[in-house]
Order: sequence, then structure tokens, then C-alpha cells
Amino acid sequence: MPDTVTFKIKRQDTETSGSYWETFIIPYIPNSNVISCLMDIQANPVNAKGEEVAPVVWESNCLEEVCGACTMLINGKVHQSCSALVDKLEKPIRLEPMSKFPVVRDLTVDRSRMFDALKKVQAWVAADGYHDLGPGDRLSQSHQETAYKLSECMTCGCCVEACPQYSSDNNFLGAAAISQTRLFNMHPTAKNIADERLDTLMQEGGIADCGNAQNCVEACPKSIPLTESIAEMGRQVSGKLWRNIFKA
Amino acid sequence: MSKQRVIVIGGGLAGLAATMKMAELGMSVLVVSFLPVKRSHSVCAQGGINGAVNIKGEGDSPDIHFYDTVKGGDFLAHQPLCKDMCHEAPYIINLMDRLGVTFNRTPEGNLDFRRFGGTLYHRTAFAGATTGQQLLYALDEQVRHFEVQGLVEKMEWHEYLGAVLNDDGRCVGAVIHNLRSGEIKAEKGDAVILATGGPGLVYGRSTNSMVCTGTAVTSAYLQGAKYGNGEFIQIHPSAIPGRDKLRLMSESARGEGGRVWVPRKAGDSRKPKEIPEKERFYFLEERYPLFGNLVPRDVGAREIYDICVNDKLGVHGEMKVYLDLTHHTREFLDHRLGGILEIYEKFTGVDPREEPMEIFPAVHYSMGGIWTDYTRTDEGLIDHQSPNNQMTSITGLYAAGEADYQYHGGNRLGANSLLSCIYTGLMMSPGVLNYINNLPEAAEDIPESVYSASVKKWQESYANIKSMNGKENPYALHREMAEEMISNVLIVRENSKLKSTLDKIDEFESRWKNIKCVDTSDWSNPVPSFINQLWNMIQLSKIITKGALLRDEFRGSHYKPEFDLHQPDDFRPETYLEFEKQKEDGQIKEDEFSPDHLAYMKRFSKNNIKWLKTTIATYRNGGPEISYEAVDTSLIDPRPRKYD
Repeated sequence: MPDTVTFKIKRQDTETSGSYWETFIIPYIPNSNVISCLMDIQANPVNAKGEEVAPVVWESNCLEEVCGACTMLINGKVHQSCSALVDKLEKPIRLEPMSKFPVVRDLTVDRSRMFDALKKVQAWVAADGYHDLGPGDRLSQSHQETAYKLSECMTCGCCVEACPQYSSDNNFLGAAAISQTRLFNMHPTAKNIADERLDTLMQEGGIADCGNAQNCVEACPKSIPLTESIAEMGRQVSGKLWRNIFKA
Repeated sequence: MSKQRVIVIGGGLAGLAATMKMAELGMSVLVVSFLPVKRSHSVCAQGGINGAVNIKGEGDSPDIHFYDTVKGGDFLAHQPLCKDMCHEAPYIINLMDRLGVTFNRTPEGNLDFRRFGGTLYHRTAFAGATTGQQLLYALDEQVRHFEVQGLVEKMEWHEYLGAVLNDDGRCVGAVIHNLRSGEIKAEKGDAVILATGGPGLVYGRSTNSMVCTGTAVTSAYLQGAKYGNGEFIQIHPSAIPGRDKLRLMSESARGEGGRVWVPRKAGDSRKPKEIPEKERFYFLEERYPLFGNLVPRDVGAREIYDICVNDKLGVHGEMKVYLDLTHHTREFLDHRLGGILEIYEKFTGVDPREEPMEIFPAVHYSMGGIWTDYTRTDEGLIDHQSPNNQMTSITGLYAAGEADYQYHGGNRLGANSLLSCIYTGLMMSPGVLNYINNLPEAAEDIPESVYSASVKKWQESYANIKSMNGKENPYALHREMAEEMISNVLIVRENSKLKSTLDKIDEFESRWKNIKCVDTSDWSNPVPSFINQLWNMIQLSKIITKGALLRDEFRGSHYKPEFDLHQPDDFRPETYLEFEKQKEDGQIKEDEFSPDHLAYMKRFSKNNIKWLKTTIATYRNGGPEISYEAVDTSLIDPRPRKYD
């Protein structure tokens, strides 16, 4: 068993400053994950050269892969750092911020673009009010199973990080948001504005920007069938195009 | 009057429920959150949300739910609040269903319900095993819709530092710290709601998320707000050990038939599946034939402690027991418990569909929290229009969700937390608006000087923190403090240890002054915030520990063996009701009761007179001054709890 674990961490002090790599060598402790090692660095922020430095900054919250906060590149692969177990990773372990979003500091990025996409696709049920209007619709178990899977999306960004089309130069909505349109277009009342969501998907940055690389579905930590969602929304968009033609 | 608005601190279930309800009523809301609200700690809630919808035709009703809740809390909860919450619960579940929560379904398409701890009814609606996440997402979506409409503004990556109080001591805004730019400024608000969750990080590793430091409510306490029932900390019987956090293994695993056991022979080194049935000790089922594996959490955690520490039967000689689901099919388990079983497998490398899980108790929830008020109706429900509801002892400062104190008494029932969070957020909103409508002036019209004084105080405080150049690393100091709390203020509490812990906490407080601020940069620097939070965690640990030291009894999660009243095995709670009735009628017919029952009932009655009270901590001279307040037990007569 090794005595130490080496981390090579890509750091950046501010939004606009350049990035640099810093190495940390910390004692090996069984059952560690990347987060527990970052915590060890916090408690003793000394780099491999023996210099006392500012602790590494990262974003995290739930630490059980349901909040999506602690997503980063671990040995080049996008993943939540809480469920990245040290024993299973190649050493030295390389940590980098996600590349598709502006870096805030060190491993923290700003994923506002993903939340803005949820606004664009109107990912909500427009309710008449929050007073007592009785139960919702009855739904089949198979409907629930499909919807639940889609609803597990935690806006972590793994899908768009892995996507060759999603970049800071364009405004592609990305797989997560497209999959949410599928979720809401199948909901018994949210589907009342299904056509508006399809209009959004037909605009620039919409579904046509998908290059069908299928990296998204591979990268999704929750195994959400993203390519299935994209295909389904493609069908819905085509259907609407045909309807538009016949209406015209 | 200028335009008014409410500031909601925290974007979990309670905060977002209040936000959407007030926005629906036309009020502007500013939501302040550490993280994007979609990442709030509510996502960690797994098993479900309680409501007596009675889908299974068992004869369940809100009143039975009310009784189970009050009994589960060992009668320390305020009953009108519990009653109102349980009566609103079916509507809340229906509302969340309408808002798109992907609840599991029955074959006919109705919402499905499962069993949870502390009840004999199928009362828990669930969405797989990530119910909290699914409920939060539905509220997040509603709030996003209001954001687009301009009624809600979000300040994410910001933290609350303190309330701005005017000369009368009324809250008129909040001091907010931008976690990126480091800027500290005031936000004007006609009311401020703290929906900031629990304080698990006081214990270092717990089932809580990293933002759960309890710092916002502690800040309110330091500003003079009362804190209630601090010593009542829930230890969840089943968690997965981890170096960074103790991940929850939902009670729903037992609700779906999971069985807890240990090998009958101490030190049995065989693999669990090699141990034959008759050599397994299903201790909860044997000791509690009626509730079995679904005893309430305080009971479950104590039994696991007993079996591991006193009987030395823990798995591998450690504080661990098996939680076994392997008698179910994979398909059943994936459909009903998928999320949590995946988590177990991801973090331990063991497939819980094939091998029993190894679980142990962990700090999970705080029944206590900042004191809040309410107005009851004659029927024992809550007047939803009252501005008092959920108001702290600082006028205009409100609290909701785990941050408050009065719904769960001495022990919370599983799946009641999601309910109490959404309930408080919705219930309080009309009252908050009534409060605002009757204010003499809008916060907008209050002179800047009121705000600038508070801002200046906090700017100086943070500048001082940044200049700290002592020897202690704040994160290492936090680990040490947490170890002390875990060792001595957990499941079993002894006065000698609590006393020494209080002394230790004073030492931590002195050592805090010798901290080195290990990052002094201006941009996106979490260290000064953490140092401030650590100070607050030290203050909160005093509230918890001193409350525990002074409460010389055994109630709910607060177990002091020295003060166990030793309920006779064959005692029935109804006997106590008869005893109380006779006492009220003026004469106890002592010969009608067996002598040991009679003696026990006398002990129980005497103990309740002394201790069936809310603990109140008030900040005085650098620490908590403890006093006690009456609890409203007017609807269900307090009686001994029994689950076997």
C-alpha cells in the first residue's frame, strides 16, 4: 500500500488570470475520495515544494452525487469528485476545472449557462396556484419510470463537458436542457405549452446543433438516456415542422 | 409606501416553498443562497414525504399521523403546529404531484405510499429513493418561472452574515457577503426568512451537506434571538461510513422490508451470507415485535449502540450492523430504492442487492433550532393569517424548515422533515405578508445610515478575520472540535463528559483566536467565511452541550442512562391515561395498579412536570443562558412511549 498520494491540480487565482499546475503530496488514507483529499489539503495547505499556499478552492455540497456541485475533470474525465474513489484512480491524480464554463477560481466554474437554458426551454409546470386543487392526474407506472429517470438530472454539466458541439463560442442548449423538454412535454399539464418548447428547440442553439456524437449519454453519472431524449425531441420537432407546413 | 420585498435566506425546500407562495401572492422576493438553489441540502433527503392520503385503505387519517408525530417526538413538540401540519399534509402531497414530482405510482396510477419508521401505516409518498431531490427540483422550477416573470431575484454564491435591526430592534434587512467578489453589503427587506437548514457540521462528518453549518441561525442567536431545544440532535440509525461525510442509507430501505441483524456470536468472521438464519440476531424484530425494523430513529440508534457497545456484537467488532435487502428481487429493489442502492455500491464497491449492507448510526438532523412563534385557533389548528407564525423573537426575522425548532419535539419521524419544510414555507407566507402590510414604513424608505452601520461592523469583522495570523489551521481546528462533539454529545450522554466537553469548547474558542487565515486573497476566497462559520459552530456547540448537560432526563434522542425511568416490560401506555384521569378526579386508586407500574407512573408524572418543557438558550455574557418554556400539549395527553 502506498504511503502517499500525489495530486496535480490546475489552479487559477481569478477569472482572468492564467492557470498553473500545482502538485500536492498527501498521506494515503484508505477509503479516500477526491473530496476527502482536498479536505486534507485544506487542513494542511502545503504543496510538494514545501511551500505554504492558499488551499485549493472547489465547489461541493451533498457529497453523495445528488447535487451536482463538485463536478470537475479527474484524470481528464468529467465526473463528480465525491464519488471518485482514490483507490480506483490512476496516480498521480490530475484535477482540472471543467473546460466548457468560465473558471471562477481553481476548480470552481460558473455553470449559469445551464440554468439559463432551463429558463429558455420553460422547464416547469405552469400551475394555476398553490392552493388545494386536489390530486394531479393518474399516471401509469411506466410513465413514472421514464419521467423519474429524466428528472434525476442534477444540472452537473457532465453531458455538455463531454459534448464536442457545446462551446463558449456558440449558444447550444446542450443535452441536459433538451432532455428536460422531453420531461415537461410528457407531463399531463406542462405539455400544454409543448409547442413553445419545440419552437425554442428549432431556434439557433437548438436541437439542430447536436452532432450526434453520443458522448453525453456516456458521461452522464445518472445514466439518463440523453440520446433517446434528443431523438425523441427530434421527432417532436419534425412533427411540428410538418404541421407548420400543412398549416401554411 | 415604497415597494416592499421579502428576503429569503436559503434555497432548500422551506425557502423555495415560501418564495413561490409569496410570489404567488404578488410579493417580490430576494433569495440568497450559498450555491445555486438546485444544489441545496434538501436533495439529500431520500425516502419520502408523509401525508395520510390513505391510498391503501388502511383507515389512516391526519389525526393518526398527528398522534404518531407527537408520540415519536416524545411529546415535546407543540401540538397545534403538528396537528395543522399533518392536516395539511395530504394537500401538500397533491400539490407537489401537480407540480410535476415524479412520485412512484400504484398499478391503477395513484400515488404509491410506503411504510416508514414510527408508524404502522403506509403513509410515505416517494419518488424512487431521491424524493428530496425531486421535491426540490419541482420548487426550483416554480421559482425559476417567477424569476423569468420578474417577481423573484436570486443571489446565488452569497452568504447571510446577520440581520439589520433598526432602533426598535426590528429586522429591516440583511447583511450579505458576495462569495466571489468578497463585497459585503446590505439588502433591504421588510421581512427576512432564515430557511438555512440544520447544523450537522458542528459534528464534522454527518449525513448533512457542506453548507449545513447552522451559522445563519447562530448569527440570529448572537443578535438576541432565542434558540430552542438545541440538545435534541437526531442520530440516524443507518449511514455509510466515509472520510468526508457519512452518507445516509434511507429508512425506506427498512420501509421496503430491509432487516437489521448481527451475528449471534461475537467476533463471527464468516461472510454474512454464510451465516445461517438461526445464527443471525434480528434484534429489532425480536425486541420490538410490533414495529420491528421500523422503530423510530432514536430507538433504532440506541439499540444499535446497545448491541455494538454493550453486547459487543457489532459486525467485525465495530459499531456496525447489517442491513439486509437480499431477500428481494433486483427488479423490485431498483424500482423502489434504486438511487440509494447505487450510491451504496458506488461508495463501497459492494452490491447491496447481493450482499447485506454494513451500516452505522450518524448525526442526521436537528429537532432544535431558532425559536419561532405561532397563533393557534380554538380548534387547535394554526391561524394561517397570523404574522406571528414562524417569527423568531426578533420582530420581522422569521425561520422555516430545519432551522426552526417546534415540529418534531425530542425526535423526528422519518419523512416528516420534507413535510415540515414545505409546510412551514407555505403556511407562514400569508402571515408574513400581513406583517409587511401593517408596517409603518417600507424598508426602502429607512435611512441608509441604519444599514451602513451594520455593513461597517461586518466589513471590520471580516477584515479582522483576514488579518488573523496565528498558528491554528481553521479546518484542522474544526476537525478536533467535531471529534469532541462526536465522542461526548451523541447517542448516550453522561454529565461528567458533557461538563468536560463544555470546558473543551471554551478551549476551542480560545484557540479560534489563534487561527491563521490561510488564504487572504480577495477573489472567491472561502476561508474567511469558514473561520466566521467556525466561530458560530463553536457557539452552537455550547448551546447543544449545555442544554444536554442541564436536561437531567431521558427524552427522545436525548438519552441519559442515569435518568432512565425504567419502564416495566409489561406496562401499557393506556394505564397511564387511567392513572392521570384518576389523579384529575381527585383520587388515585392505588390498589388498581401493580406496585411497579404505580411506582413507574409516579416517576413518569414527576419527570414530566419538571422536564416536559422547551429548552431556551439566550446569548448572555459570551454563552448560552438556559431557561425553560411550556409546551402546548393540550390536544393529546402526554404518556409513556412504547413500540413493542
